[in-house]
Amino acid sequence: MTTVAAATTVGLSVPEGHPLAIRTEGLTRRFGSHVAVNDVSLTVPQGAVYGFLGPNGSGKTTTIRLLLGLMNAHAGSISLLGGAIPTDAARVLPRVGTLVEGPAFHPYLSGQDNLRRLDAFDASTDPSTSAARIAAALDRVGLSVAARKNFRRYSLGMKQRLGLAAALLRPRDLLILDEPTNGLDPQGTREVRGLIRELAADGATVLVSSHLLAEIEQVATHVGIMSAGRLLRQGTLDDVIGAANWRLRVDTPSTATAAEVVTGLGLTVGDVLPDHLSVLSPSMPVEQINASLVAAGVPVRGLVIERPTLEDLFVQLTGEGFDVVR
Amino acid sequence: MSSADLAVRPAPPAPAAYRGTLGRQLRAELRLVFRRRRNIALLVVLAAIPILIGVALKISNRQGNGGGGPAFFGLVTSNGLFLAFAALTACLPVFLPLAVAIVGGDALAGEASAGTLRYLLTVPVSRTRLLLVKGIGMLSYVAATVGAVALTGIVCGGLLFGLHDATLLSGDTVPWWDGGVRTLGVCVYVFVDLVGLAAMALFFSTLTEVPIGAMAGSIAAAIGFTVLDAVPQLSSIHPLLLTNNWLDFSELLRGQVHVWSLVHSSFLSLAYTAIFASLAWARITSADVTS
Repeated sequence: MTTVAAATTVGLSVPEGHPLAIRTEGLTRRFGSHVAVNDVSLTVPQGAVYGFLGPNGSGKTTTIRLLLGLMNAHAGSISLLGGAIPTDAARVLPRVGTLVEGPAFHPYLSGQDNLRRLDAFDASTDPSTSAARIAAALDRVGLSVAARKNFRRYSLGMKQRLGLAAALLRPRDLLILDEPTNGLDPQGTREVRGLIRELAADGATVLVSSHLLAEIEQVATHVGIMSAGRLLRQGTLDDVIGAANWRLRVDTPSTATAAEVVTGLGLTVGDVLPDHLSVLSPSMPVEQINASLVAAGVPVRGLVIERPTLEDLFVQLTGEGFDVVR
Repeated sequence: MSSADLAVRPAPPAPAAYRGTLGRQLRAELRLVFRRRRNIALLVVLAAIPILIGVALKISNRQGNGGGGPAFFGLVTSNGLFLAFAALTACLPVFLPLAVAIVGGDALAGEASAGTLRYLLTVPVSRTRLLLVKGIGMLSYVAATVGAVALTGIVCGGLLFGLHDATLLSGDTVPWWDGGVRTLGVCVYVFVDLVGLAAMALFFSTLTEVPIGAMAGSIAAAIGFTVLDAVPQLSSIHPLLLTNNWLDFSELLRGQVHVWSLVHSSFLSLAYTAIFASLAWARITSADVTS
């Protein structure tokens, strides 16, 4: 589970002409006078793990409903795995596993029977392999033991797992997972993270919406940030959070001398405070900077590499506090 | 991303479709309808009604009260077959429409309120196909309710009063098997009447995410028809009321069957079906699924 992590956490740069799993152009949906999704142009390359972020009510779920043909768009176009939505929905959707706004099943059927029902409705799956696929899907989310239990007796986490199992009933090229870790305990959250990496390693594209920025930061190759119906930023994780703009913080009492040395090395000095200064995206190895500082007699107490986080950017873009953005 | 990526690609090939998909979908739907405890309970209640009537008539007959009562009730003691008709007459105004309303409300509004509708549609199942499967599932249950009333009526009537050669309302006597065929005819007639109401219930079910709302709508419609039917001043619209000819199945119990009235009522029901099935289709194929 963790072995594939290295391959998928590396920022994936998309070459020209790389096929797209999801592409929308100018997607717009209103509810009365409220524009829930406003001119959204998503670009999700094939093979990406796309973190779809935004505060509550920012239009993520509406966008997902539009992508799946559950709602009609007022403007714009949608292409999913090369097919137009809603025109080609019947051809494309079998290859798309979904978890939309939480799991939903018939409460008085067992988990297994619920999956059986969904699979029976799928014209693209072989009925003779149904039992085996259901068992495999339940096993994959660790729900085999509770397969025969009524859905109503499931805990929140088990319900969530059953929702994921339904998304994995057949091989998928694209998974659209809305808040997949909602209600899961830390172990469950880790497992979902592992699952997403596994799916991506198998070549599937995953669009995962979440508020858990740390979670997204660990699995996503790409992110898109929504606020008040608009897609504010989109791109590879590194590009979006500006990973190139990292800083080296030098803890020292002699900041003035240190600043001179750093400038002498041809580097840019950022903030200078009484007990530390920062060097902006230094282009030479940190140990070399350290050696120069020490050679110039600067007492170096500590060196810290500071990278921007997704949370910093998210808060900067979408605002702080509990105010609902309109 | 370059604009080259955004070029329209040819539509992907359709995934392999397996044969017998409709059959699979129907079996899944029937399992859902017939395994639901509430639906089973309702079937049991409906099956108990002929038993209740039969036992009551048996007791009152022994006490020497004789026949009397509404249509067929007086004939039950002389021929058990009539218990089926008496029970259907008793169930038609309320119990059978109630059964239709309940499965109708569940059909789509129930799936919407549970949230399972969005997962069915993303399987994907086409909305037209889903409506078809839901409609057939409903009608299967309605047929089962009519069959349950008739069958327990015949069995219970046979046990309590015996099944003899049937003396019809017209006084003619026909062999028992002729009576059996007529019973089947009555069941089909009652079923066809209920199909119209079922189509209305299915349409109401597409309008809301609240199953109770759809159920209440269907029951209100059934009762509304009966009320309008009872107002003599409205006699000009009576022929257009769905419930107008519901009890005309007694035609089948005369020596000379007047087919016209039965055909008229059946056509009326089928016209209601066509209208409301079309409305349901128009609604479900265009509606936003927000549940």
